[in-house]
Amino acid sequence: MITVYVPCDASAVSLGADEVARAIQAEADRSKTEIKIIRNGSRGLFWLEPMVEVATPQGRIAYGPIGEDDVAGLFAAGFLQGGAHALRRGNPEEIPYLKNQERLTFARCGVIDPLSIEDYIAHGGYQGLTNALKMQLADIVAAVTESGLRGRGGAGFPTGIKWKTVLATPADQKYIVCNADEGDSGTFADRMLMEGDPFLLIEGMTIAGLAVGATKGYVYIRSEYPISFAQMQRAIEVANAKGYLGDNVRGSGKAFQLELRLGAGAYICGEETSLLDSLEGKRGMVRAKPPLPAISGLFGKPTVINNVLSLAAVPTILDKGAAFYKDYGMGRSRGTMPLQLAGNIKRGGLVEKGFGLTLRQVIEEFGGGTASGRPIRAVQVGGPLGAYFPASLLDTPIDYEAMAAQKGMLGHGGIVVFDDSVDMAQQARFAFEFCATESCGKCTPCRIGSTRGVEVIDRIVAGEERDRNFIVLDDLCETLLDGSLCALGGLTPFPVQSALKHFPEDFHRAPRKTARAAE
Amino acid sequence: MSVRDWDAETGRGIVRALKHLEGALLPILHAIQDEFGYVDEAAVPIIADELSLSRAEVHGVMSFYHDFRKHAPGQHIVKICRAEACQSVGGRDSEAHAKDRLNTDFHETSADGRYTLEPVYCLGNCACGPSAMIDGKLYGRVTPRRLNQLVDALEGRR
Ligand SMILES: Cc1cc2nc3c(=O)[nH]c(=O)nc-3n(C[C@H](O)[C@H](O)[C@H](O)COP(=O)(O)O)c2cc1C
Ligand code: SF4
Ligand code: FES
Ligand code: FES
Repeated sequence: MITVYVPCDASAVSLGADEVARAIQAEADRSKTEIKIIRNGSRGLFWLEPMVEVATPQGRIAYGPIGEDDVAGLFAAGFLQGGAHALRRGNPEEIPYLKNQERLTFARCGVIDPLSIEDYIAHGGYQGLTNALKMQLADIVAAVTESGLRGRGGAGFPTGIKWKTVLATPADQKYIVCNADEGDSGTFADRMLMEGDPFLLIEGMTIAGLAVGATKGYVYIRSEYPISFAQMQRAIEVANAKGYLGDNVRGSGKAFQLELRLGAGAYICGEETSLLDSLEGKRGMVRAKPPLPAISGLFGKPTVINNVLSLAAVPTILDKGAAFYKDYGMGRSRGTMPLQLAGNIKRGGLVEKGFGLTLRQVIEEFGGGTASGRPIRAVQVGGPLGAYFPASLLDTPIDYEAMAAQKGMLGHGGIVVFDDSVDMAQQARFAFEFCATESCGKCTPCRIGSTRGVEVIDRIVAGEERDRNFIVLDDLCETLLDGSLCALGGLTPFPVQSALKHFPEDFHRAPRKTARAAE
Repeated sequence: MSVRDWDAETGRGIVRALKHLEGALLPILHAIQDEFGYVDEAAVPIIADELSLSRAEVHGVMSFYHDFRKHAPGQHIVKICRAEACQSVGGRDSEAHAKDRLNTDFHETSADGRYTLEPVYCLGNCACGPSAMIDGKLYGRVTPRRLNQLVDALEGRR
C-alpha cells in the first residue's frame, strides 16, 4: 500500500486538487495498484500547488504543480516509486523556500493527515496540553507572557497580559473566542492552519480555556472559508470522541466545549468587539472600550479573544518552553511570524520565520520577484488598512516597531506585491471605497467621509481643482485618523497617505476619468 | 442555486431546530439561506416570533451582513474577488469581464435568471489570484479566459 498526499487546502483545491485526487485514484484502480490518498494541508508553496507527495522508502517525494492531465504521465513515470518526471521536486523539505524557514506553528501543516489525532500526536501534538495540565493556572499564563507572544491578528497586543486579566476576573462563565475572520486581503495563514492542522488550534484554545478558567470556546470563521469550516467541524468531532474536548478533557476533570460560528461577509466583524456582537446574534457594531472584552466580553462575560495564529502558537510555548519561543525574533517582536506572500509574486505562499527579515529578503529571496517579471513598484503590508511601500523602502525589517516607524503596520502578516502597471491613485481610491462598503456605520467620518474620499480622488484624477482637492483630501484623512472609533476608519488614511507620499506622480497625470466616473 | 421555493413550515422547522444555540440568529439566517437560496420576507416574522425579537431587529441584522439575500438568486452564483491581491494580478479585468459575459452587474441577476453576480473581498486565495467562487466552489487564476471556460462548462458546452 503506497500513501499519496494530495492537499485538501482551499488554494490547492482552487487549482484542481480534488480533480487530481480523483484522477490518481482512478488511474490506480485501473492499474490495480493499491494506494491510500491522504488529503493533507498545504505546505504553503502555492506556485507548486496542487503539489502531490508520495511516501517512498527514501522519504517523501513531491511533484507539482500537477494538473488532472498530468496524472497518466506520472503513473507512466513510476511516480509511486519516486520516478523521474519533469515536475518532480524531490524531497519537499529540501526545497530552499521551505528549508530556509523556521516553522514552529506550521511545522506539521502539509505533513500530517489533518484529521488524524494519532498523526497529530505522533508529530508532537498535545505535548503542550499535557504539560499545561500539570501546571498552576497562573504559571500557564506566565509562560505565555514570558514567551513575548503578541497578538497575530493585527494589533500586536501581548497575549499573556490579556489572559492574565481574564484569569483575574471572577465570573460564573468565561469564554475563549478565536478570531478566524481573516478578512485582510493578502492573508491566508489562518485558513491554511485550520485546513492543514486543525488540532493545533483546538489544543491552543483548550490550553487557553484551562489557563483562565473558561469552559466554553467559539471559533468565528468567515463564510468565505467553507473548507476551513467543514474541516474544523470534523476535527472537533474527532477531539470530542477521543476525549480531547468535552466534559472531562483528558480525564482532568476540567471541561472545555468548542463550537463553530460562521460569519456573514462583513469585514468589520474581524474587529474584536464587532465580532462579539455578531456572535451574540446582533449587527456587528463596534463597541467602545472600556470595558475590555477581557472583563466584559461575550454575553458580558470575561472573554479571551485571540487570532488563530496567536492561539496556535501556544502549544509550542507550553511544549518547548517560553525561552525556546522567545529565542526567535528581534527587539520587541519575539517568536516566529507566519508571513503570507501574495499578489503579483512568482513564488507566493507562506513563509514562517523569526521576526527580522526585511521586506526585500522575503519578496526577492523567497518570492523570486513579481509573477509578471516586471519591476516591483509597490508593496502593501498588513492588509487593506496597511501602508503601500515603494521599492526604495524594501529594506525595512518586518517587525512591529519598524513597520510603525514607516507609518505602516505588520497587521496579520500579509504582503501584497504590485508591479509597475499599478495605478496608485486607483489603489488609494479603493481604500476609501472598501472603507465605505465595510463601515459598521457608527462614526460619521468613516461612514460618510470614506465616500467623500472616493469622490475627491475622482476629482483629482479628473484634473479638477487639484490643489484645492489635495487639501480636502488631507483634511479628510486627518478627520478619519482622529474621529474614528476603530481602525477601519482610523487606518484607512494609511494606504491613502502612503500612496500620496511615495507615488505622487500617479495623482498628477494628465486628467482622465476613473473607471467608475466613466460609467 | 435557489434550492426550493419558500415554505413557512420548513422555515419554522429550521428556526426551531437552531433557536437553542447561544446567539442563534446568524446560524438561523444561514440555515434558511442554505435551504432556500435567500431569506424570504416571510421568514422575518417567524424568526422574530421564535426568538422573541422585534421584526425590526431581525431586519436590522439581516441587512447589516453582505451575505444575506432578500431575493431569490439566479441559477448560479458567481462571486468575484475585488480585493487588493487579486487586483495586482489583473482582478479588475476579470471583474469587468464577468459583468460582460454574465450580462449583469454586481448585486444583480441576469435577465434570463441564470447568473447572480456578487463582489467578495478576499477569498483567502491571494497567492493564486484572481479568485472567484462559483456556486460555493473556489477557483484560482481566474483570468477572463478561464472565466469563459468555467461559464462555458456551466452552460454545458466545452
Ligand atoms: C477593522 C478591523 C478588522 C480586523 N480583522 C481581524 C481579523 O480578521 N482577524 C483577527 O484576528 N483580528 C482582526 N482584527 C483585530 C482584532 O480587533 C483583535 O485585535 C484581535 O482579534 C485580537 O487577537 P490577537 O491579540 O490574538 O491578535 C481587526 C481589527 C479591525 C479594527
Ligand atoms: S471607524 Fe468605522 S467601522 Fe470603526 S467603529 Fe467607526 S464607523 Fe464603525
Ligand atoms: S453594513 Fe455595509 S455599509 Fe453598513
Ligand atoms: S485578495 Fe482575492 S483572494 Fe485574497
